[in-house]
Amino acid sequence: MRYIPSSPGERRRLLKAIGLENAEQLFESIPADFRLQRPLDLPEPMAEADLVEHLRALSRKNLDPHDSAVFLGGGAYRHFIPAVVDHLISRSEFYSSYTPYQPEISQGTLQSIFEFQTLICQLTSLDVSNASLYDGASALGEGILLAHRARRRKKVVAAETVHPEYLKVASTLTSHLGIRIEKSPARPDGCADPDRIASSLDAETAALVIQQPNFFGRLEDVEAMAAAARKAGALLIVVVNEGVSLGLLKGPGSQGADVVLGEAQSFGVPLSFGGPYLGFMAVRSNWVRELPGRLVGQAQDAAGRIGYVLTLATREQHIRREKATSNICTNQGLCMLAATIFLATLGKQGMRDLAEQNLARAEYAKSILARIPGCRIPLGGPTFNEFVLELPVEAKPVHRALLNRGIVAGLPLSDHFPGRKKDLLLAFTEMNGKEAIDRLARGLEEAL
Amino acid sequence: MSADPIPRMRREGLLFDQSVPGKRGCGIQAAGVPEARPLDAKFTRKEIEGFPELSEREVVRHFTRLSRLNYGNDQGFYPLGSCTMKYNPKVNEKVARLDGFAEAHPLLPEEAVQGSLQLMAEMEKFLCEIAGMDAFTLQPAAGAQGEMTGIRMVRACHESRGNPREVVLIPDSAHGTNPASAHLCGYRVEEIASDERGCVDLASLRKRMSEDVAVLMLTNPNTLGVFEHEIGEICRVVHAGGGLVYLDGANLNAFVGVARPGDMGADVIHINLHKTFSTPHGGGGPGSGPVGVKEPLARFLPVPRVVRAEKGYRFRSDFPDSIGRVHCFYGNFGILIRAYAYILANGADGLREVAETAVLNANYIRKRLEGTYHLPYASPTLHEVIFSDRNLEKHGVRTLDVAKRLMDYGFHPPTVYFPLIVKGALMIEPTESEGIQELDAFADAMIRIAKEAEEDPEVLHAAPHSTPIGRLDEAAAARKPVLRWTPDLSHKP
Repeated sequence: MRYIPSSPGERRRLLKAIGLENAEQLFESIPADFRLQRPLDLPEPMAEADLVEHLRALSRKNLDPHDSAVFLGGGAYRHFIPAVVDHLISRSEFYSSYTPYQPEISQGTLQSIFEFQTLICQLTSLDVSNASLYDGASALGEGILLAHRARRRKKVVAAETVHPEYLKVASTLTSHLGIRIEKSPARPDGCADPDRIASSLDAETAALVIQQPNFFGRLEDVEAMAAAARKAGALLIVVVNEGVSLGLLKGPGSQGADVVLGEAQSFGVPLSFGGPYLGFMAVRSNWVRELPGRLVGQAQDAAGRIGYVLTLATREQHIRREKATSNICTNQGLCMLAATIFLATLGKQGMRDLAEQNLARAEYAKSILARIPGCRIPLGGPTFNEFVLELPVEAKPVHRALLNRGIVAGLPLSDHFPGRKKDLLLAFTEMNGKEAIDRLARGLEEAL
Repeated sequence: MSADPIPRMRREGLLFDQSVPGKRGCGIQAAGVPEARPLDAKFTRKEIEGFPELSEREVVRHFTRLSRLNYGNDQGFYPLGSCTMKYNPKVNEKVARLDGFAEAHPLLPEEAVQGSLQLMAEMEKFLCEIAGMDAFTLQPAAGAQGEMTGIRMVRACHESRGNPREVVLIPDSAHGTNPASAHLCGYRVEEIASDERGCVDLASLRKRMSEDVAVLMLTNPNTLGVFEHEIGEICRVVHAGGGLVYLDGANLNAFVGVARPGDMGADVIHINLHKTFSTPHGGGGPGSGPVGVKEPLARFLPVPRVVRAEKGYRFRSDFPDSIGRVHCFYGNFGILIRAYAYILANGADGLREVAETAVLNANYIRKRLEGTYHLPYASPTLHEVIFSDRNLEKHGVRTLDVAKRLMDYGFHPPTVYFPLIVKGALMIEPTESEGIQELDAFADAMIRIAKEAEEDPEVLHAAPHSTPIGRLDEAAAARKPVLRWTPDLSHKP
């Protein structure tokens, strides 16, 4: 096999050196009944060229990304990825290494994690960030578990405007522990309802969960939510699943959030049909010992040289076993590196410009789509790069008709919100130029 | 700051220390649309305080320099036991980046992602055949998430019979993720001791097995690299008590194509695609941890599931007994592409050759080092071999010293101090990706280090001598943790 370096002759030599005659003898400790008496039923091995051709053909059964206009968000966003990102993460010193257990020969990974932790703290306006979690949805599950440990309470109030899949994942991770997630209905304008939330929060509540911008793209009043949570002694968890918004919006930590977590896929990680993405979590410093996942800290060697190490490992499964704050081991290392490089490349001004460009496109789209007869923006008020458009008719058939013309008109909301049959959730990033937005408007007008 | 005692590679400062106001590394394409009316100031920030400002040139140089402070599997031998640091085929990186995959939004309509769905469906079929299971979910993002998913299904299964039960049995040689995952699923963990061969002690399992035991979590071959040869009887005992068997497939590389966990009696297993199926470890992920089950547990699998439709494939979520979702969308699809390509490149014979060579290499290392290093368990070795530092104790040399000294010889150290049942463990997993020259060079270095321990233990205590930085004071770092850069932390190199 082409990935194995030893020749048949060398393997015979090795066998002889350990006193065996054939390879079957290597497996004598496996009871004979359990040894397969036939080859696995798998396709014949493919040469590299055939393999590439096969996968290329398969990839072409997907929508051609160069011949379509896609306006999908909903937790995954198509953003431009500067060439330097893929170039640098393709260095095998990075991608062919593992968790930096040996700091003397892993300073590259360790220092980039330290930089990532700092960038996430700066974006969220919080004190401490971990080295990544699997994705935004499981990060919410971990955040709820953190609040449960910190507050020793079992109720969680979550605004209905949090990503529905995040709430489902969080429930899978926590429901069997007796943790109850109570969904709080939104106001007619698509924002969390502060009065309803305030009345649901009580002395049993571990956390209040909101999302900024929320699932409908609307901007929540984080400060009001923080005040309500504080009054009940609950932690405020703010979910962010469009990281680019933080180029423009306040870091939720500065508005009173105790935990900011979510999805950082927007920072240089390709869409890749839903993963691998990049979960993150930042907290106030008083919760650092409750954090799940890896953490990197600064250290010194005997000569006083500064370096970086995995630290506070007594929270983790390899030390604490069942008493660990989480079972996570392998996380999203290379996606974290991509995000660090992306954020360093964009920099302070680039992040601002990027966020403003997203806002400008969405606002332009809002203005022309709302002018189509029968269409309207049902949830009035500020949004970032995503908003809900209501059609005069059921959205799904229109959505399908546009797909035939190479236009993906966002996400019909009825799958998640059965009452919203006429609504589309549309996202606009810097990858959707004026021409594409005009094409969407024309397409909609003709389909209606 | 004190001067370097030995000249070493120039160290690289933090991004933030290199930042200069006004620099930028990337422009944003013009919109061609009017500027938006600014958002209300109550929502917006003035700037992201402290955020770096660098040119593209500097970013590239920074991360290139950082990369050179790392030791990867492509740079040299990386025998990190239990992690299966095998070669990452380059073509897999290429196919995972094909536009049709890389730019596919997860919420595209099913008819627009038939290529992705077909790949997932075929991958499930391949894994069923390789593992001897009836159905798979590809959703879990890593081994530990696979464990959690598997144990949640075990719980759902027992609940459907009226009682979730209370206890998960785990051998004392297990990975820390096993007890942590069991605990997360609301179970109490009980350890079962290993016998003198390093295997589950069948007599104590028989005695312990009762109606409160939900599942036995077993790694096979176990973390000593030893096959649980009584696995058939172990499964019978657990099943007779109404319990289930979870098989941690972290060490599947030892017998892929040779034997199948499903045939041994496992009800649930997980597989680490970043181990046996060659996807890059990425400095700590992303991985992928698909979970396979036998038919009676299939109704509990996470949703959505990929199914065949009249025309092509589609997702189905209407499985009322499902434990729900464990990941947004469908899991780490980009990792599935790489593992799928690896299976297709190998075929059945290739995968068997992988196991044969991995086991052969581990046994060769054992042969070369046995005698020099103490071998705590004499049971037959599969894919990895565990030594201890007992023979070096008299010279005051410990496992950590050996590990650090190996760096001076140009090798990544093995896994150390694990499994916990071996004092001063050195866990060596060479994988199939090394030839005889590399194995010999490593064994020679290990033997030379043992000699140094005898003649000049100080050189080991002070090791490593050739790395960009010396041993770091981890205890001090944990006492007063500095977990991020702040302006007062600036220390230009």
